[in-house]
Amino acid sequence: MSESSILSVRHLTKLYGARAGCEDVSFDVFPGEVVAIVGESGSGKTTLLNCISTRLASTSGTVSYAMRDGMMRDLASLSEAERRFLMRTDWGFVHQHAADGLRMRVSAGANVGERLMAVGERHYGHIRETATDWLGRVEIAEDRIDDRPVAFSGGMRQRLQIARNLVTRPRLVFMDEPTGGLDVSVQARLLDLLRSLVAEMGLSVVIVTHDLAVARLLSQRMIVMQGGRIIEAGLTDRVLDDPHHAYTQLLVASIPES
Amino acid sequence: MTTAIPTYNFAYLDEQTKRMIRRAILKAIAIPGYQVPFASREMPMPYGWGTGGVQVTASILGPDDILKVIDQGADDTTNAVSIRAFFERTAGVATTTRTAEATVIQTRHRIPETALIEGQTIVFQVPIPEPLRFLEPRETETRVMHALEEYGLMHVKLYEDIARHGHIATTYAYPVKVEGRYVMDPSPIPKFDNPKLHRSPALQLFGAGREKRIYALPPFTNVVSLDFEDHPFQVQSFERPCALCGAEGVYLDEVVMDDKGGRMFVCSDTDHCETRREAGFTGVQTAEAAE
Repeated sequence: MSESSILSVRHLTKLYGARAGCEDVSFDVFPGEVVAIVGESGSGKTTLLNCISTRLASTSGTVSYAMRDGMMRDLASLSEAERRFLMRTDWGFVHQHAADGLRMRVSAGANVGERLMAVGERHYGHIRETATDWLGRVEIAEDRIDDRPVAFSGGMRQRLQIARNLVTRPRLVFMDEPTGGLDVSVQARLLDLLRSLVAEMGLSVVIVTHDLAVARLLSQRMIVMQGGRIIEAGLTDRVLDDPHHAYTQLLVASIPES
Repeated sequence: MTTAIPTYNFAYLDEQTKRMIRRAILKAIAIPGYQVPFASREMPMPYGWGTGGVQVTASILGPDDILKVIDQGADDTTNAVSIRAFFERTAGVATTTRTAEATVIQTRHRIPETALIEGQTIVFQVPIPEPLRFLEPRETETRVMHALEEYGLMHVKLYEDIARHGHIATTYAYPVKVEGRYVMDPSPIPKFDNPKLHRSPALQLFGAGREKRIYALPPFTNVVSLDFEDHPFQVQSFERPCALCGAEGVYLDEVVMDDKGGRMFVCSDTDHCETRREAGFTGVQTAEAAE
């Protein structure tokens, strides 16, 4: 199966001194698939996400990625230049706090255009056109293009961050609690938007969340973590409707009935 | 016990310091546009007065050199006068205001109008050597960006200019790309002077004292100002000639004459203006004064 996967994680371990951030984690992500990593806080979800997105060096284990030419490459073997190029073209990373992923002191248009300029676009008119188009797609009014993100609401910032990441048409997007800290109605709108963008662009997504409702809505498969280890993995509907592990059962049971 | 009066070494700095700075200069010349760190010394003048430029000048100065110092194009402003006096005193070198006669020119914010020739060296005083600083404040990050040639961010700044003002509104310290590799801050010279950097026959050295960086453009280096395809790089143009010497196509300073809105535009390069007036050129202002 692993021949066709876009991202393949094998026996990944990250130690912080003697303490394990995550331990012996293995899974695959297939093209066009949304995988949710869920678990309580401190379960190693974010450590895992940072390791597989090369933002953090892992202690042992491998992460390989199918490059655009179809070759599986071990990410640890990439040079820094290749890795950074990958991160700003083929990948996206949506932070929980939009301020971490945006340049707060430059306009929304420049935020969206930055990746284009980074890969060599040198025509102002084209950059502007693409930025306008993308702002429209994430439901930000066209006349806000020259406003700075500091003037945006939390939900708008998050949508801007998504536009900024998707403008180079990446194949794999990492998301760290993209709906955390937003109020419920804004969350719902954002999830709707994400779902349609993911379907439309055929994105592969690895999404970290503690919110099982988000996982249910967005993901096809989910991975449940506890204490740095994967304790259960499977199709989202299966895991949520028929949890096998005692901890997963506890998690699912803790969702208030609505 | 001798009671010799303590004296300064030639050109103030001790020989070991000069050696260290010369090594940095040589490295900078070998990698055009690359910022070489050096152990900047305390100088007997405040930061912002050209401590970087003074250290570079002190390290390259020989007894036979003829020094010219300009500040905003003028030889007679405070910064220029005090640095010139400093080297007259500590090195005893000949000084001049004539661009053509000088072998070493230390400058703040301008390149002389008279074209520099082979054998001349121009030393720029640099306040902030890092062109990416205002968009990426982390020095560790900007160094990686230079190393990996990630210069998309520089265009983000120009994009912001156009989005806000309709044109590239950066008028000084306009970023340039050196030999197709390093993006460099040409110090706060007006962008009017940027084309003079390109393939200049003179050696161009840049010293930043507070920031402890030296960089250089060897003679005949390609220097291209960054721009967009649909918003090409343009220098400032002036509607009228110099009021004193009638020169056109030079960089002008605005001088307020009275409190009734009277103003005149004169050459920022005082040597250029004087040379022309001696040769008999006149402008509007000199013609009026003669009447």
